[in-house]
Amino acid sequence: MSENKNTPAGTSHEVTATERNTDVVHAERFTDPGLHPHKLRLADTDPQAAKRTERIVTLLFVLSVLGTIGTLVAYVAVPPEGPTSSVRLSTLLLGLGLAVSLLGIGIAGIHWAKTLMSDHEMVQERHPMRSSDETRDGAVADLNVGIAESGIGRRGLLKGAFISALALFPLTIAVPLIGSVGGDWNISKFKHTLWKTGMRLAIDPSGRLIKAADVTVGSVFHVIPDVTQEYRESHEWITEKSKAVVLLVRLKPEDITSEQGEGWSYDGIIAFSKICTHVGCPVALYEQQTHHLLCPCHQSTFDVANGAKVVFGPANRPLPQLPITVDDEGYLVAQDDFAEPIGPSYWERLK
Amino acid sequence: MSTTASNQHREAPAKPTTPAGKAADYLDQRTSIGVLVKEFARKVFPDHWSFMLGEIALFSFVVLLISGVFLTMFFEPSMALTHYEGQHPANMHGQLMSVAFASTLEMSFEVRGGLLMRQIHHWSALIFMAAIVTHMMRIFFTGAFRKPRELNWLVGMTMLILGLAAGFSGYSLPDDVLSGNGLRITDGVIKSIPVIGSYTSYLVFGGEFPGAHIVPRLFTIHILIVPGLLLALIALHLFLMVLNKHTQYPGGGRTDDNVVGFPALPVYVAKMTGNFFIIFGVLALMGATMAINNVWNYGPFDPSPVSAGAQPDWYMLFLEGSLRLMPGQGTEWVIAGFTLPLNILVPAMVVPGLLFTFLFVYPFVEAKVRGDEREHHVLDRPRNVPTRTALGVAFLTAFIILALAGSNDLIATHFHLSINSITWVFRVLIFVGPVFAFWVTKRVCLGLQRKDRELVLHGHESGRIVRFANGEYIEVHRPLDEQERWLRVNYHAYEPLRIEPKSDARGVKRKGYGADRRWQRLSRFFFEDRVEPVTPAELAAAHAHGEHDELAPAEHPAIGAGVGAGHGTTQGH
Repeated sequence: MSENKNTPAGTSHEVTATERNTDVVHAERFTDPGLHPHKLRLADTDPQAAKRTERIVTLLFVLSVLGTIGTLVAYVAVPPEGPTSSVRLSTLLLGLGLAVSLLGIGIAGIHWAKTLMSDHEMVQERHPMRSSDETRDGAVADLNVGIAESGIGRRGLLKGAFISALALFPLTIAVPLIGSVGGDWNISKFKHTLWKTGMRLAIDPSGRLIKAADVTVGSVFHVIPDVTQEYRESHEWITEKSKAVVLLVRLKPEDITSEQGEGWSYDGIIAFSKICTHVGCPVALYEQQTHHLLCPCHQSTFDVANGAKVVFGPANRPLPQLPITVDDEGYLVAQDDFAEPIGPSYWERLK
Repeated sequence: MSTTASNQHREAPAKPTTPAGKAADYLDQRTSIGVLVKEFARKVFPDHWSFMLGEIALFSFVVLLISGVFLTMFFEPSMALTHYEGQHPANMHGQLMSVAFASTLEMSFEVRGGLLMRQIHHWSALIFMAAIVTHMMRIFFTGAFRKPRELNWLVGMTMLILGLAAGFSGYSLPDDVLSGNGLRITDGVIKSIPVIGSYTSYLVFGGEFPGAHIVPRLFTIHILIVPGLLLALIALHLFLMVLNKHTQYPGGGRTDDNVVGFPALPVYVAKMTGNFFIIFGVLALMGATMAINNVWNYGPFDPSPVSAGAQPDWYMLFLEGSLRLMPGQGTEWVIAGFTLPLNILVPAMVVPGLLFTFLFVYPFVEAKVRGDEREHHVLDRPRNVPTRTALGVAFLTAFIILALAGSNDLIATHFHLSINSITWVFRVLIFVGPVFAFWVTKRVCLGLQRKDRELVLHGHESGRIVRFANGEYIEVHRPLDEQERWLRVNYHAYEPLRIEPKSDARGVKRKGYGADRRWQRLSRFFFEDRVEPVTPAELAAAHAHGEHDELAPAEHPAIGAGVGAGHGTTQGH
């Protein structure tokens, strides 16, 4: 690289390289006036100002050291013991110390650079990215020699074997990986939930069973299938619960204008899958006055009184209805599993 | 670069005597590091505040690495279930949760500085993405993506997408209710993909959602794969930047053949180091004072509850908004028994696909319609490329409308508006807004260019009113100085492409005419409206037929009736 040189202010040279486009060529263009004249800073002319700046920079570094010490003191003196407030205090003190320590160094460095270090603009040349024709020819020649020496052009069988071997070997890793990474790959599980004939409805998360008589008009229950406490502490349960959660409401029987199956509700008690048919958020907000269920994620709105049909938002299908009835003891039970897959749509949903 | 500073003594004659000299001599004899130092120590970089945006992204990434390493010491990426035994926070004691969530609570409540590092890490991620986006805005609006930097634009775009992946995978690690619902939405989107959707969902979750594998898998992606790729691409990004040398803003003495600025040593070493510490310091301040993602308030993942007003991190809002805006009715198609949920595919795949494709191909399209093959190192003033600037603003408008739509529930509750009306307004705005923004921006740019012409031709208004002997009043205008004028005339107004005729002289149809014609149309869209820079001839003409903008006292002995006509600031021509 050539030596740096300052272009003397005032020299002018043509800036716009000649255009390849021949259509726009002005008769003449203005000439480049060259660099702005250099302006001296206060610290350049006034030694006292320079001295003062030096002291400020030094002080900022000292402040940083104090910040570090502060953090260490806070670490020892204010441990996060106990409730949230104590954790917050510890976090605040450690963080403030850290911030002072870092900002001290940072501001000092910038101030130093801006006020005391040279601010004379320098000019260096650029060179085109393209390598010279000579270099290019040399490179092509080298490549050709290399390819010729390998003989890959002449030895067709070897070339084929080489490419096949390279192309195939990733299978040794990909096949075992892809085989196992999706578990059992049994996507028919999307179509079934824990609900089955006679399965009792229980309150989420306590697991208490629900009697039809307990459900007053206008009330809402978040419902799970009645399974053992032990099962409810397993991983399998979280996956099953993700499909089986149900929202149960009681309307006046005369308010129900339609449902998804004949006799699927019991005396105005009606149950729908809580998993949104859009992308699967739990549809958790019920508006008693309008009988509307709202998904808080993307605001799909379903009309409970009218077969959970979509009244607004990005969902396309109604929430699947869980057919329910009561058993001999008066508990609410499922008549069967959902009649269709719950949750978001997928390619094989209707297959 | 600071480590090489001491090596400057290398060139001392004969045997070095100082410890630094000896070390440098030792190193150079084995690495010829002197060549590197000679090349880079005084390399010139142009200076402008907007060049700092990329630095903010870089340095917040470094802070992410530092705070991230701290967090990995305490986080356990396991979905095994456990009862939380810690006493704090009290509402979580004894609850059933995953080990991942429990370790997040422990690192927040029992590790000194743990919560601080979590909060610094989260804030850094938000600032990292914000810095990337604003850095890209600077690149786009100033045309820094032009030859030879198109490839570096692609590297940057890839890093933007990796940044989204890093943010998303990290956000999902604590296994709390909110992140679990985020994953659930992701699962719904994955399932919507035709043919392979269901199997892809199994591939991601190792079975049905949520399964027991997703947190450890995301952990590997979050702390190994994505940051590894990011580090490699950052190295490539910076290498290309050094190789191409940095762009510079237009101004006197700055050309496509030079680079004007300050040397790496000492100015940029000091400024960049200082900048790193300031950025780290500000992030530390944010982590110390601003609580973020208090997962113990949400609780461990449970597929049943979700609260309203839950937003993803800001950089994901546009996807969320896109999902919210799409109407569901009539948009799920069943073809030969297979389900095609366009109500998910369009907003979650097509919309981001279009947005990213625009960004990926833009530099190449613009180069084609500009029809030049020069290298560009002097940046454009955004007004001088009205169509590009307008397209950029239209893009941002779409992005912002989508992000706002992703917060429509918060807008509804804060301003007591109906969520349905807000959604409908955004459904219309997403089509109208960008077009309107394009039109307004283009007009503003052309207006600013005309203003520049006006200034160059007629100078600054001086506020000095002069009355001539014949009673005519004029305001004296002060011509621009050389630097001011140069800034306003030193650009090239491209014209639409000219193509060869459809058939040659003998009437033979030319191959490729159709494609040329389409490019020409696009080129017209870009460059039909243009304002040419003032030429010296025009300036001379403006002075000669002067509308008395300038006043030569000798020619017009004026009666000084003006305001403050004290000094002879007027100039002849």
